[in-house]
Amino acid sequence: MKHLLLGDEAIAQGAIDAGLSGVYAYPGTPSTEITEFIQMHQARRPEGQDPIFCRWAANEKTAMEAALGMSYMGKRALVCMKHVGMNVCMDAFMAGSITGAHGGLVVVAADDPSMHSSQDEQDSRFYAKFALIPCFEPSNQQEAYDMIQEAFALSEAIHYPILMRITTRMAHSRAVVETRENQPKQNTMSLPENVKHFILLPAFAKKNYAELVAAQPEFVRLANESAHNSYVKGSNPKKAIVATGIGYNYLMENYKEEMGCSILKVSQYPMPQGLIDQMVKDGAEEILVIEEGQPVVEELMHGLVPSTIAIKGRLTGDLPRMGELSPDCVRLALGLEALPTREADNLVVSRPPALCVGCGHRDVYASLNEVLAEYKNPRVFGDIGCYTLGALPPYQALHATLEMGASITMAKGAADAGQHPSVGIIGDSTFTHSGMTGLLDCVNSKANVVIIISDNLTTGMTGGQDSAGTGRIEDICMGLGVEKDHVRVVVPLPKNMEEIKQVLREEIDYNGTSVVIARRECLQTLKRHLKAAKKN
Amino acid sequence: MKKDIILAGVGGQGILSIATVVGEAALNEGLYLKQAEVHGMSQRGGDVQSNLRLSSEPIHSDLIPKGGADLIISLEPMEALRYVSYLKPEGWIVTSNAPFLNIPNYPEIEEVYKHLEAIKNHVALDVEGLAKEAGAPSQAANMVLLGAAIPMLGIDHDKMIAGVRRVFARKGEAIVESNVAAVEAGYKNGIKL
Repeated sequence: MKHLLLGDEAIAQGAIDAGLSGVYAYPGTPSTEITEFIQMHQARRPEGQDPIFCRWAANEKTAMEAALGMSYMGKRALVCMKHVGMNVCMDAFMAGSITGAHGGLVVVAADDPSMHSSQDEQDSRFYAKFALIPCFEPSNQQEAYDMIQEAFALSEAIHYPILMRITTRMAHSRAVVETRENQPKQNTMSLPENVKHFILLPAFAKKNYAELVAAQPEFVRLANESAHNSYVKGSNPKKAIVATGIGYNYLMENYKEEMGCSILKVSQYPMPQGLIDQMVKDGAEEILVIEEGQPVVEELMHGLVPSTIAIKGRLTGDLPRMGELSPDCVRLALGLEALPTREADNLVVSRPPALCVGCGHRDVYASLNEVLAEYKNPRVFGDIGCYTLGALPPYQALHATLEMGASITMAKGAADAGQHPSVGIIGDSTFTHSGMTGLLDCVNSKANVVIIISDNLTTGMTGGQDSAGTGRIEDICMGLGVEKDHVRVVVPLPKNMEEIKQVLREEIDYNGTSVVIARRECLQTLKRHLKAAKKN
Repeated sequence: MKKDIILAGVGGQGILSIATVVGEAALNEGLYLKQAEVHGMSQRGGDVQSNLRLSSEPIHSDLIPKGGADLIISLEPMEALRYVSYLKPEGWIVTSNAPFLNIPNYPEIEEVYKHLEAIKNHVALDVEGLAKEAGAPSQAANMVLLGAAIPMLGIDHDKMIAGVRRVFARKGEAIVESNVAAVEAGYKNGIKL
């Protein structure tokens, strides 16, 4: 069957067709659609098919650990996240490379070079190398569909997790994908042959780690023989090109037969040393590395070929050091002239994203700004979500925004240093993702902070996914030890402005840890809910 | 056959519904297709674009090179200008002439029109007006643009109309007909090669 699928959707369909038993994920651009596709598939699941667990996890670490649990029980599990989610789950991810996998375990990391929707650029291939496990990097949507299935099979064959690394343009680009017809069958429950493999006491872990290190040559052999890695000798083999993942597409977009370069396509790591040796034997004197993300392969190549061979790429300036590849920069790196075109039009001004008109976050910032104008040198620490846009005009309400959960703990650190007022502002989903432990720290030291939880009852920025703590935010705060009198709830609407301001004033003036929950449903999900209600 | 198309607009305007119809018609023709979309933060009222590539041969890059686009279809006039460096020298712009004003420093609209005029192959339409005249709701404005672009899409008029009918079929006969009428209105006032 042929389908028009996003790269994310091709991965989801491939995982379903591979007999997936559970997907574990926290939403994050550009990875969100993998889990959403599986959820939609489950809602329409044909009768008789085994269910796939697909409820959102509280964060990437809980997701990774649950997936390890499912793998331990012999079933196939998928973990999906954006690149920065890898940082959150890293403890579990690294441990998983030492325990190994029983049921197939595949981790999909969706990197966002050029930071379209992120706070940094990271290349998750580093993490696969760090953990010494194989990494798959498909070059197109069809390969993504095929490779995710192979990843589950390989994970079970070698008893290790597999990392699949994709980037924005793969995740969010549609192409025709041909899918298999056969009925997926899930694994039955079973325990690992050696259950001690999952007990990482130092004595056991040392043995496991030695096994993982000893398996490395086998992983290289697998990469040499992978159907997704290929080497083609050119008519002028002095010039060679290594193209990885979607870098290969930009190469082929521009490549002309008469260039005669030898071409090594890499979609499975570790680097296929056998194919590289052949490229060197064929007389390569200069190798251009075309890779999306950071110069991971370019650096590695220096250790994989004789030092007389020149390695070119992002580090040498032949390709840009930062940001996404484009057909244009690869064209120039190949020595071709740019296509004739017009200059960019300088009349055009930037149009940054903004909070929706009528959004509750707006009322929170409007009231907060008015109250803080009454104090000397207030500091407001923001977090990750739609409300990060409060840093931009018209509100310009935030003094810092780092990563998930940092609003609470940075506000605490600033208060510890003597800052007052020290305000943290965080969304409900981000709060349950990474804010709760920070709030416990605040309570334990009676930190003089006001934490505003702008609760829109959803994970808004990524399109309105379920939020882990909906309906229980007050209970969670009080359970963590925030005093009942200092857990305040307001409804962020213009008509309530005076009341909200009064609550904020009172809590800023209280010398201790306060939480102000500003609760009103996200307009986007509200629209969807009203539409669905009308239909019924 | 090979057509590279940039769809442009402001987050929330619905540029992807144009891509859905073109994609449906292209698949029905057995063409290769790649369509890179923008998801995430920009969808909140920021500038958004989608690269749509159609070809009778396999397509490699998900992105259109600078100077490679045959056509820019834009739901907003300044957004059309944002991508002129991607347009082939002889490429076409088909755009709505209605500015979307959600920024304080939007340039003088007369200046925007002047810059559009400077592009030889361009069509700027009052898409909402044309939709209304055709008896379609203003939400069908993007179908007016699609109709105006048909001669540059590499898929002929009748096949595109059939695509519109298939895409909207599950929404009922009335919606199918009003969208078809919107496409026809755009076609009548659109690109003339």
